[in-house]
Amino acid sequence: MSEQLPAIILLAPLFGALLTGLAGNRDHRRCFPILISALAVSFGCAIALLVQVSQSGPIDYFVGGWNTERVPLGVGIQLRIDALNALLLVVITTVALLTAVYSFRRAGEENTEKTPQFYMLFQMLCVGLLGITVTADAFNLFVLVEVSSLTSYALVAMGSKSRGTVAAFNYLIMGTVGASFYLLGVGYLYMQTGTLNMAAIHEILADPAFGKSSTVFVAFILILVGVWIKMAFFPLYGWLPNAYSYCPSTTSCLLAPLMTKVSVYVMIRVMLSIFGADWVFQSLGWSHTVVWLAVIAILAGSVLALAQVELKKMLCYLIVAEVGYMVGGAWLANHWGMVGAIYHILADAFMTLCLFIAANIFIKHCRADRIDQLEGLFKRMPLTSTGFVVGALAMIGVPPTAGFFSKWYLLRGGIESGQWGYVIALLVSSLVNAVLFFRIIEIAYFGKNPAESHDHAHDEDSHQGQAGEATLLGGEGRPATVIPLLITAAIVILLGVFNAPVVEIIQQALEGMPVVGAAAAAR
Amino acid sequence: MEFLNASVIPYFNYWIYVVLMMIGLHAMITKNNLIKKLIGMSIFQTAIILFYVSIGVKTGSTIPILEHHHDEGHAETAHAVAESGDHHAEETDHEKSDHGNNEHAIEADHGIDPDHFANPLPHVLMLTAIVVGVSTLGVALAISQSIYKDFGSLEENEILAKIKQGGPGVDV
Repeated sequence: MSEQLPAIILLAPLFGALLTGLAGNRDHRRCFPILISALAVSFGCAIALLVQVSQSGPIDYFVGGWNTERVPLGVGIQLRIDALNALLLVVITTVALLTAVYSFRRAGEENTEKTPQFYMLFQMLCVGLLGITVTADAFNLFVLVEVSSLTSYALVAMGSKSRGTVAAFNYLIMGTVGASFYLLGVGYLYMQTGTLNMAAIHEILADPAFGKSSTVFVAFILILVGVWIKMAFFPLYGWLPNAYSYCPSTTSCLLAPLMTKVSVYVMIRVMLSIFGADWVFQSLGWSHTVVWLAVIAILAGSVLALAQVELKKMLCYLIVAEVGYMVGGAWLANHWGMVGAIYHILADAFMTLCLFIAANIFIKHCRADRIDQLEGLFKRMPLTSTGFVVGALAMIGVPPTAGFFSKWYLLRGGIESGQWGYVIALLVSSLVNAVLFFRIIEIAYFGKNPAESHDHAHDEDSHQGQAGEATLLGGEGRPATVIPLLITAAIVILLGVFNAPVVEIIQQALEGMPVVGAAAAAR
Repeated sequence: MEFLNASVIPYFNYWIYVVLMMIGLHAMITKNNLIKKLIGMSIFQTAIILFYVSIGVKTGSTIPILEHHHDEGHAETAHAVAESGDHHAEETDHEKSDHGNNEHAIEADHGIDPDHFANPLPHVLMLTAIVVGVSTLGVALAISQSIYKDFGSLEENEILAKIKQGGPGVDV
């Protein structure tokens, strides 16, 4: 049983999606338990895999039981789980599970007639994201990227506002270009190496003869550009802000923390596991250029965020800046930069989830999507506001939260490799985040409370009795939306407090694919 | 002329794929009509299929079906796939290949010469890519239908103008 975990983690949401389609159409209330149980199985598998990997090293799983002794590596599809993707699996399943709890009743309100379809897409998106994470086959990765992208186009288009469909269309066009570039890059790699298995490609490319090969160079550029489009790296970010701010609230909670982060993971995987640090950092020698691009991304994302008046749009531009952090960290070409980038993937997923859930509750219950409409929120919904503040502090990088530690590692990497532009950009961006969030906190805390006259505004219990649509103004949101927010906020803090074991796991992952390769170490 | 003989004529299929891809990209970026954008997208994806199919071609080869071996059908097809992949790597890159041993061992086992078969793997990959392309197109058409219902138009500039005015269903 336990050796089948890498397959079960994918199959649970897949069968969950099928079952939702079969059983959910008659009775919409059946969808939610199926969703929760499917995701809970995946979550359990992810935890078990993380424990297994951290104790006994990477797990290789051959789908369909291809025997590597009889056929060469690369025939059949391999799943490979090392410490890096085991961590990511836990993050994806946790975020999905929390979003699923958040979606209770909420998804039904937002997509009244299409609840089962929504939940099917939800689970298929999880299959895609988990699949991207576990696969060790370059082409299989493309297929799973498309599974997750196609479902996210449909999820974005389900927004009730018609702007959602337009945003989804642009997202689809950009996303398809990105995926096609990736596919083309894989084609060139296959031309040169004759295999699609990541480990096998890496073995062949390790030969110094490929150091100057233009085919490999073209392959790398195409794959990199494709992945950059998917993760909304600065000049290619155009699709993101509209897609994430006009989609249904549950969708935005699911997509915003996961899609870009998983794409960053793909980039790191391509850099370290397929091409190898020696090739990327030594033969290509682009790390300065890309770090400067990341600097531009960080600054541009922060400035654009400052210019926004809508809360969700502002958060979307912050994601663009955060992607800059991670790309820059990964390309610093030293150990701590990479640790920081990977740790930031984890931290940012929860920070973003925290902020998006809080923002969605604000928008739903106060009908306030502009920042200046948030006046007096602290008094009206103290719990939600606390969750928001935790997310905001993590975004700024205040010590006990996870955001501080990821920035710490990134800064350390930047200083070690002497990339002062990147260090300054990180600090400026933290400052801009501080300005942004303290402005919101000031409005929400000291601003006038338009609902002051409501006597029961402070009443903790009132929201439980009147959880219905009647209590739109005043009181907290429903427990089903507030509880996941508080859990996420707790995770953001706990991930910061217990950063040492997490970083240890990341370092274990990097042992298998060193950032400073053998050629660089020899110098 | 020299350039034409050395780089264009022997690789004309790759040139065509690049040209097709650029036509598709151009249509996706510059066309105003959403359906024309989608046609561009399809051309773009088809260009990649052409590229992959070109990778698998070998002169004087035939379709990769084994006729005389009935005993272990599955495993052998798999071998043929793996081998021809390796073999092609040798062809494209004359300097290096340490996969020769493996290949000859299998050849001796079953009497298969990978030279006689086109590489089937790129074709199989493209079957998957075609399915992905069709489903992308399906989702895209569904979305554009929904856009048409909301805005009464498929022209991008008209849709953007309606969004600016706060047109139908555009509540903020």
